[in-house]
Amino acid sequence: MPLLAVGWRGLAEATTGLRPADWAALRFTLGQAAVSAAISVALAIPVARALARRHFPGRGAIVLLLGAPFILPVIVAVLGLVAVFGRGGVVNDALGALGIEAVSIYGPHGVVLAHVFFNMPLATRLILQGWATIPGERMRLAASLSFGPAETFRLLEWPMLRAVVPGIFTVIFLICTTSFAVALALGGGPRATTVELAIYQAFRFDFDLSRAALLGALQLALGALAALAALRLSLPSGFGAGLDRVAQRWDSASPGLRIQDALAILAACLFLLLPMGLILAEGARHVVDLPGAVWAAAARSLVLALTAAVATVALALAMAHAVTGQKGGWVEVAGTLSIAASPLVLGTGLYILLLPVANPVALALPVTAFVNVVLALPFALRALIPAMRDLQADYGQLSASLGLTGLTWLRLVALPRLRRPAGFAAGLTAALAAGDLGVIALFAAPDQATLPLVLYQLMGAYRMEEAKAAALVLVALSLGLFWLFERGGRHAAT
Amino acid sequence: MLRLDGLRIDLGSFVLQADTAFEAGRITALMGASGSGKSTLLNAIAGFQAPTSGKVQIDGTDITDLTPGDRPLSILFQDQNLFPHLTLADNVGLGLRSNLRLTRDESAARDGALGRVGLSGLGGRLPRDLSGGQQSRAALARALLRRRPWLLLDEPFSALGPALRAEMLDLVAETAMSEGLSVLMVTHDPADARRIADMTAVVADGKVAKPQPTAALFENPTAALRSYLG
Amino acid sequence: MKSTIATALTLIAMPAFAEPLTVYAPDYFASEWGPGPAIEAAFEAHCGCEMDYVTGDVLPRLRLEGTRTGADVVIGLNTDDAQRARDTGLFASHGVEIDGLTMPIAWSDDTFLPFNWSHTAFIHDTTRLPDPPASFADLVAFDSDLSIAIQDPRTSVSGLALALWVKKVFGDEAEAAWAGLAPKITTVTQGWSESYGLFTDGEVDMVLSYTTSPAYHLIAEGDATKQAVLFPEGHYVMVETAGMIAGTDQPEQAQAFLNFILTEDFQSIIPEGNWSLPAKLDPTKMPEGFSDIPLPETALIYSAEEAEALRSDAIAAFEAGLRR
Repeated sequence: MPLLAVGWRGLAEATTGLRPADWAALRFTLGQAAVSAAISVALAIPVARALARRHFPGRGAIVLLLGAPFILPVIVAVLGLVAVFGRGGVVNDALGALGIEAVSIYGPHGVVLAHVFFNMPLATRLILQGWATIPGERMRLAASLSFGPAETFRLLEWPMLRAVVPGIFTVIFLICTTSFAVALALGGGPRATTVELAIYQAFRFDFDLSRAALLGALQLALGALAALAALRLSLPSGFGAGLDRVAQRWDSASPGLRIQDALAILAACLFLLLPMGLILAEGARHVVDLPGAVWAAAARSLVLALTAAVATVALALAMAHAVTGQKGGWVEVAGTLSIAASPLVLGTGLYILLLPVANPVALALPVTAFVNVVLALPFALRALIPAMRDLQADYGQLSASLGLTGLTWLRLVALPRLRRPAGFAAGLTAALAAGDLGVIALFAAPDQATLPLVLYQLMGAYRMEEAKAAALVLVALSLGLFWLFERGGRHAAT
Repeated sequence: MLRLDGLRIDLGSFVLQADTAFEAGRITALMGASGSGKSTLLNAIAGFQAPTSGKVQIDGTDITDLTPGDRPLSILFQDQNLFPHLTLADNVGLGLRSNLRLTRDESAARDGALGRVGLSGLGGRLPRDLSGGQQSRAALARALLRRRPWLLLDEPFSALGPALRAEMLDLVAETAMSEGLSVLMVTHDPADARRIADMTAVVADGKVAKPQPTAALFENPTAALRSYLG
Repeated sequence: MKSTIATALTLIAMPAFAEPLTVYAPDYFASEWGPGPAIEAAFEAHCGCEMDYVTGDVLPRLRLEGTRTGADVVIGLNTDDAQRARDTGLFASHGVEIDGLTMPIAWSDDTFLPFNWSHTAFIHDTTRLPDPPASFADLVAFDSDLSIAIQDPRTSVSGLALALWVKKVFGDEAEAAWAGLAPKITTVTQGWSESYGLFTDGEVDMVLSYTTSPAYHLIAEGDATKQAVLFPEGHYVMVETAGMIAGTDQPEQAQAFLNFILTEDFQSIIPEGNWSLPAKLDPTKMPEGFSDIPLPETALIYSAEEAEALRSDAIAAFEAGLRR
């Protein structure tokens, strides 16, 4: 709908087609997304495998941490990555001490590095989910037939990976196609131009609505192709469920495998923790000096995040309920597709739609919440639809025979049984909404600034230290919300 | 009286036809081999399976188009009879009020029902903390509280051991008598039918035979029953 | 329904007696840490009326809204975007008598009124880069060990100013100049903040910013190590302006605001509020420290019409030069 609105307005403006630079942008977008997704998945497999077969104190914390990079505000993550991999970063300091020439983070490989930082943890969580679906009985059977790790992998794990990895690859591929600020900051110049950047330029700078809509449609079409391909390859499902279950195994007790797993987990933790730790440590020194306006913005972001979380879960529950029992498929495709929708086109489209009927500025926060709901919905649906299907299969008849319908059914059956995926969906939405900058910048009045916007305002006023402290507050807020919701879901589940 | 009026159910190539009636105030067994369609028939009566044609009537009222929860009957499934996240008291309380906002009288009635099936004092437990027999009893207690004239049993006790199963069947018979319930039970075991069923209807070859008094039927089996008993 | 709620919200937000003056402004201008709040207070005291900022990307928003815009006054449009703003046909003449400007360029535009300006410049840290390039040509030919962060001309006004600066200095050789700069450009960011953050974190030797940037470090932090590199070829000037919407429903207040812009009350807020140079302020009224900031001798600028005409060429030179 918003896309249509932009397109309609675009027709009224001068029409121009795609330029050669757009095709270059398209090639770069697809190329970096494919490489980023491939590396993310490849690195995620050993980490997920290690987490799937080891039980140790702190495992839960690591699984939670895996949710963190995905919800970090881009600017915070970029500064963190630069602190580790940049010219004056930890890695180059270490290389320098060893007399090795410094490596540069800037260029296409920097874009890929950042995308792997964001998405490898997500891939790990999704693949770990796949491991959890291998029933313990099979592992027992494997043990009784004296399978070693190789047979277990070939006969049990490989078929699972073949089923889940293509879908996970697609989801990450789609996420990477809409990247923009990361690609620009670490890409090192116009060679790293993505389609989303071209959309931004067309919109905010050239005000060429038809071109923006054209590019937005192109991006969406690519997403549609990828989503359709992925549906054939089966999409990942149930993001949130069952991650704390470690099936007992009998094939992986050898010291070599233990060391291999420990290394995989340790390397992943270092890769994820170091950038976040460095940037947050700098911010910590200035948190107490933060002006009241930052805290007011944080409160606004909190309300926004909670509103978006509640609305997303309500909507996702309703949609999941509506599609279960029917022959699904298209909802999954639509859900996955909206990952590829440009937030910019979405926000501007809403602005155009609202303008004739209301003052969009007065609605800045509701509109921001709404856009975040749309952006988070695909993830919420992915988590809730399979769980809803299971619920209907297991308890649908019982509920119907007892006349449990409507709100009573929701309160007594759906919410308690779906708490875990719903908690995950709510946590993810809240965290993403708290860190979102895109839409509010288009709409806000000064007294409506959210925390990410204030962060940019501080940077724009040369106050880099305070900006880092605000980033710390933002990360604490995002992660805290994610943790609380997910924990809530986990503990309530029986 | 539960009347099946020209009922026809199509499931792929499988067709089940029934044109018969089950008397109120009695226990009727539906007996047949696995795959004969007896559970399908029960599902159609309970409203989970829409018939291709025909009607289901209870006491002269056509219930074919009613939702499962609105039909004057309760049903116990083979499994998944209790919500695993609700306590026993809540699971049973659902029989009185599906929103679980019970009045004091209703709470007392619930506790009474728990007592009647021998589960006094266990209301606070979750289903996973109970044995299979206790779970069946709780499901039965809820059916009692619903006060629907018909009780449908889809082999809910099949996972229990022989002694426990006999005990549960006796409990059903007892409560059916005292509460004036009409019971329609699916079973594949002649011993179950003999134990409590007044009448037995054999389901075979896609047809539901007219119910016969159980004792007489087993003394003088029809051809269909003979081939089932072997 | 939605419009009812919105109307209700709008009514609640406004005092019953008079509608406040609505001023569209860029986010940095109206934020807590920009000059906006102090200017708002000074203007409200001056005219005895109320004003509100609406922030965001001013020009895209105006073009989206067209004649339905709620703005009475727009502030923060720079000269490079002025022609596009003028072409919307939404603006009235500013109606202010201009004289005694403290700007290095003459001003004849009667639609857009200048309120502050700055030279575009590269900033370096004297402790890390004691010998910066001596001229723009020198920078282009400089040893490639140098690292610079700039802003993308496709997404940021300062980046666009750089592209026009390169065009102005190198003319038809702009693309070759970009190609010469390419090995030294560590990265190109979406906006000014990301670049400047990389610079203060020590990630790059030089950053594209303004000649007035050192004033912040000097006055607010007591740090004299951040300096602008001055080029004899001259520096491109960015002038920020304000304009009045022709369809305003409060012409008197809008005019009062425009009249207020070149007064000392407004102008004296600019130096330390926007870390920029006031369009009209007696040099003796400048805050201490500002006068110590070295400024280039030659100011370069394109008129609004020229900037619009050259814009796509200048950006194309950037893209082609960096892709080489």
